[in-house]
Amino acid sequence: MTRVTAAPEATDPGAAVTRGADARRVTGRGRSGKRRQRLEIVLFVTPALALMATFVAYPVYSAARMSFYDWKGFGPMVDSVGLQNYVRVLGDEVFTDAVMHNFIIVFASIAVQLPLGLALALLLNRRIRARGLLRTIIFVPYVLAEVIAGVVWFQLLQPRTGVLEKMLSSVGIPVPEQGFLGTPDLALATVFVVLTWKYLGLAVLLFLAGLQGVPDELYEAAQLDGASWWQVQRRIAVPLIAPTIRVWIFLSMIGSLQLFDMVWILTGGGPANATTTMATYLVSMGTQRSNFGIAGAASVVLFLIGFAMAVAYQALVLRRDTKADA
Amino acid sequence: MARRATAYGRGGPFVYLVALLVVAVTLGPVLYGALGGFRTNAQLARDPAGLPDPWVFSNYTNVLSNSAFWQYTLNSTAIAVITTAVAVLAGVMAAYPLARYQFKFREPVFLVFVIGLLFPAAVAIIPLFILVTQDLQLGDTWWGVALPQAAFALPVTVVILRPFLAALPKELEEAAMLDGATRVGIFWRIALPLSMPALVTVGVLAFVTSWNAYLLPLLLLRGDTRTLPLGVADFSTQYSADTAGVLAFTTIAMIPALVLFLAMQRHIVSGLQGAVKG
Repeated sequence: MTRVTAAPEATDPGAAVTRGADARRVTGRGRSGKRRQRLEIVLFVTPALALMATFVAYPVYSAARMSFYDWKGFGPMVDSVGLQNYVRVLGDEVFTDAVMHNFIIVFASIAVQLPLGLALALLLNRRIRARGLLRTIIFVPYVLAEVIAGVVWFQLLQPRTGVLEKMLSSVGIPVPEQGFLGTPDLALATVFVVLTWKYLGLAVLLFLAGLQGVPDELYEAAQLDGASWWQVQRRIAVPLIAPTIRVWIFLSMIGSLQLFDMVWILTGGGPANATTTMATYLVSMGTQRSNFGIAGAASVVLFLIGFAMAVAYQALVLRRDTKADA
Repeated sequence: MARRATAYGRGGPFVYLVALLVVAVTLGPVLYGALGGFRTNAQLARDPAGLPDPWVFSNYTNVLSNSAFWQYTLNSTAIAVITTAVAVLAGVMAAYPLARYQFKFREPVFLVFVIGLLFPAAVAIIPLFILVTQDLQLGDTWWGVALPQAAFALPVTVVILRPFLAALPKELEEAAMLDGATRVGIFWRIALPLSMPALVTVGVLAFVTSWNAYLLPLLLLRGDTRTLPLGVADFSTQYSADTAGVLAFTTIAMIPALVLFLAMQRHIVSGLQGAVKG
């Protein structure tokens, strides 16, 4: 509170100087005050809008424009090809598989990480020893760069020499000959396991935070009514943190659609394109093959899918929360 | 407070068992990396899951005496600092009128930032690469990566800051106004100091995102301007036979993010919750 009272005081030296001008402004409030205010607004908002225009809006627009041309990355864009790039992208099995991989990750995240994260949050939402430390530890993988986590897992998953294979075969579980990341049927599932390791902490942390907001009285009342632990969780705790759960699903969905780093490090999209995502597809098209038209079309498709899912989710699911707030 | 209901009850053995398992799975890979860095490649080949015997320090000292490692660290730090400064300053400047002024295009301008949330960097990555390297000639520079990163950090910054600034008491502004302060003066001397907690939160988020970023630096930076994640990735492919060296390099690269996280834990957590509520 000291800062609150100190702040006006700090303006005092300047105030003495500007007092005369201010008197004029107070009496002459009206047009000149309005104009001044408009100037201030423009001044304040311009840097942010300029950055957004230059580095977000313009590149997105260029990606969309690129998608209608046959362009190799230099010279003017002149060879308009209509929708041909879209036809090629959507007809390219590598891309349609990539879209499918993104959707598999989207749904697997919700199907696996949500129940797992919820179960852990409910279990840990008690007075156990070292709860703070536990929460910190669970969150550690989330803080690490995806690349750094990916490099460590890449070592763990090495075929033959990696720790995981040694551990699994020592308890008699058969391991694939090409390693987990080298076997097309297992590679995507393996990437998903690593992603779950990396991102489960965020789910647990958000759910735990939501659970802290549930008033104790509700639990006590339910307990007095003879509800079991499971009933209390199912009927009280989970419904009350439903808004948090819905937002987590949204974040997870958007993240899964943009997946790039982990795949690029663990498999590079391979083996035999078994783990490509939309982002790895458009990056390899744009940078390694200079196929900018194709990369542009893939960008637009990626954006449209994400946008459609975000709007649909907002309209169907999240609307309930904003309504409840109002 | 002495007796809480079941939901807050003490944990039984089962809860501790689950907690222990979670800790093991979570920290296992991190500890494997850290301990592996203290072993030789021969030790790792003989028994990948074993403990260092004897402890070897040369892997770590090699990384620390590697000038490229320090160059990557410097680049990562500089880029993250520029990104954070630009995003927080431009963000709070934009959020201020959006929170406290009444004007015609207020909601449309705010909508620009909300819609910005829906544009992942991946969508614009190829044109960004062309824009930065060819049009702006900022390839292989700190600013070339930091400016686009700041732009992509702006939507979440503005969306978190606006409600915070809107909640500041109006009386302070009016009092300052009577004392003759200008709007700009009020912004610098009252709004900014009072919104420090929120600024720290969005700042930490922008910093961590930049520090961990991979895709944009991958396309824009080469050679001596590479950041730590790029350095780690390249080191691990270049010296793939030297597992112990890779593990030591990776472990050291983890430390700054972990230290920052531990120091700023509260802000990161509250920022993420704020993002969720917003």
